[in-house]
Order: sequence, then structure tokens, then C-alpha cells
Amino acid sequence: MNLYTYASPANFYHLAGKLIPWFAWSAGLLTIWGLYISFFLAPTDFQQSEAYRIIFIHVPAAWMSMFIYLVMAFWGAIGLAFNTRLSFMMARALAPTGAMFTFIALWTGAFWGKPMWGAWWVWDARLTSELILLFLYVGIIALWAAIDDVKRGDRAGSLLTLIGAINVPIIYFSVKWWNTLHQGSSINLTKAPSMAAIMLQGMLVMALAAWMYTIAVALIRVRRIILERERHTDWAKAILETE
Amino acid sequence: MEWASWSEFWHMAGYGLYVWGSYAVTLAAILIEVILLKRAGTDTRRRLKRMQQWEEQ
Repeated sequence: MNLYTYASPANFYHLAGKLIPWFAWSAGLLTIWGLYISFFLAPTDFQQSEAYRIIFIHVPAAWMSMFIYLVMAFWGAIGLAFNTRLSFMMARALAPTGAMFTFIALWTGAFWGKPMWGAWWVWDARLTSELILLFLYVGIIALWAAIDDVKRGDRAGSLLTLIGAINVPIIYFSVKWWNTLHQGSSINLTKAPSMAAIMLQGMLVMALAAWMYTIAVALIRVRRIILERERHTDWAKAILETE
Repeated sequence: MEWASWSEFWHMAGYGLYVWGSYAVTLAAILIEVILLKRAGTDTRRRLKRMQQWEEQ
């Protein structure tokens, strides 16, 4: 099998259709497992009591918000460099979900900040850079929507995505570079995690669920985009007749 | 198991508003995305189908 086969929109359309149920079901099952750990296995925190349970959505959502952006930037870069149509479609398919996770990270952060810091919002480097990320997502989606010419839109949106990518390391390292109210990361590549194993496990399972969800949703969206753009081809016409 | 009763579970040691406020909005955001996605999918397919029939005439 040649891997490049799936760079063709027609083949990818069919492949994505077969993969979606698997990712969707994994997302559902992992969420159930993750929530069970989060609420029934993970113990009460000795400092934050039960309020800390927000972590099980806050941290995975924040991770996804940054990671989806990087994946979008990656597809945008590939598209700009090699002019591959499917790459741009993937970038477009990921953006709304990235924006949604950014919103969730900010919202759950506010609901965690209020009981712990006494404020829904502070203009701290971590929070501000995450808010900028939300604006970037919204700006990129708006730019795509505003340009009718698909090719020009693809290029402009991907260029903006790439320029905005500088914000991702700023978010990630903000808690190190500046004196933020937001706590430092509990998980590090170099150090042992500074949290109980079962809490960490809950967070990782929820993060995995978020991943599966993102892939399922992005594949559903990319199939729609493919169909829309390939509507003049014979295979797309055939699909429209049968589906 | 951390909870003696369901009411204790919902109460979250006084942090119920914050914990459930976070989870409820997350659930709502996901539901909205899935519903919009589904609707956009059927709308697009219907529109493309119509365009196709129109072009064939």
C-alpha cells in the first residue's frame, strides 16, 4: 500500500468515513472511564478539597487548545510548502474544535480561579496568552470565512496560523518566564509529576478522550469540506447520489 | 469511594457551583459543536445535491 494514496481527497474521504466510528466510540468510552477516575477513584485534595476536580477537564482542554493549534500550523505549513489540497482542508477542519477547547480551558480556569484566587479573571501572562489564542482561532476562522476564493483563503489563513504559532510557546512557558498567579505545570518531561498517580491517570485518560473526540470531529468536518470542494468530480457526484 | 451520599457528591464540599459549572459548560460546548457539525453536514449535502440536479438540467 502506498501511503500517498490517502493524500488524494477521494481516497481520504472513504478512509475517514471508516475511521470515524472507531474514534467516536473510543472518545465515549475513554470519557466514561476518565470521569469515573475523576469523581470516584481520585481522592479529595488536601489543599483544594473537591474544587481541584476541575483539573480533569481544565488541563486536557488547555493541552488540546495548544496542540490543535500546532497541528493546524503544521498542516498549514505543509500546504504552503507543497501546495497539497488536503493539508489546507485538515487545517480548516481543526480550527473550530481548537477554538472550543480554548474556550473550555478559559471557562473552567475562571471557575477554578474564583474559589482559589478569589477572582474569575486576572491579567496574568498565562491567562492573557491563552485569551490571545482564542482570538487567533476566531480571527483565522473569520479570515477563512471572509475570503471567497478558496485557494487565496487557504493561503492567507495558514499564513496567519503560522505567524500566530509564536504564541504557543509563550503560553506554555509563561508560568516559567513570568511571575504568574497561575501555578506552574504539574507535569514535566524532565521531572516526576508533582501529583498523585491516580489524579495523573484521570487527567491522562481525559486527555486521551479529548484527542479521540478531536480526531472524530475533525474527520467529520474534513469530509464535508472535501465533498464541497470536489463537487465537480465524478466520484463526488456519485457519492452525493448515493448518500 | 469518596462520597457517603449523592447529596454529598453534588455538594462537592461547597464547591458544587464551580465544579459543576465547569463540567456543565464543557458538556454544553461539546453538544453544540456536535449538533452544529451534524446540521452543517446535512445542509451541505442537500445544497450540493440541489446544485448538481440543477446543473444536469
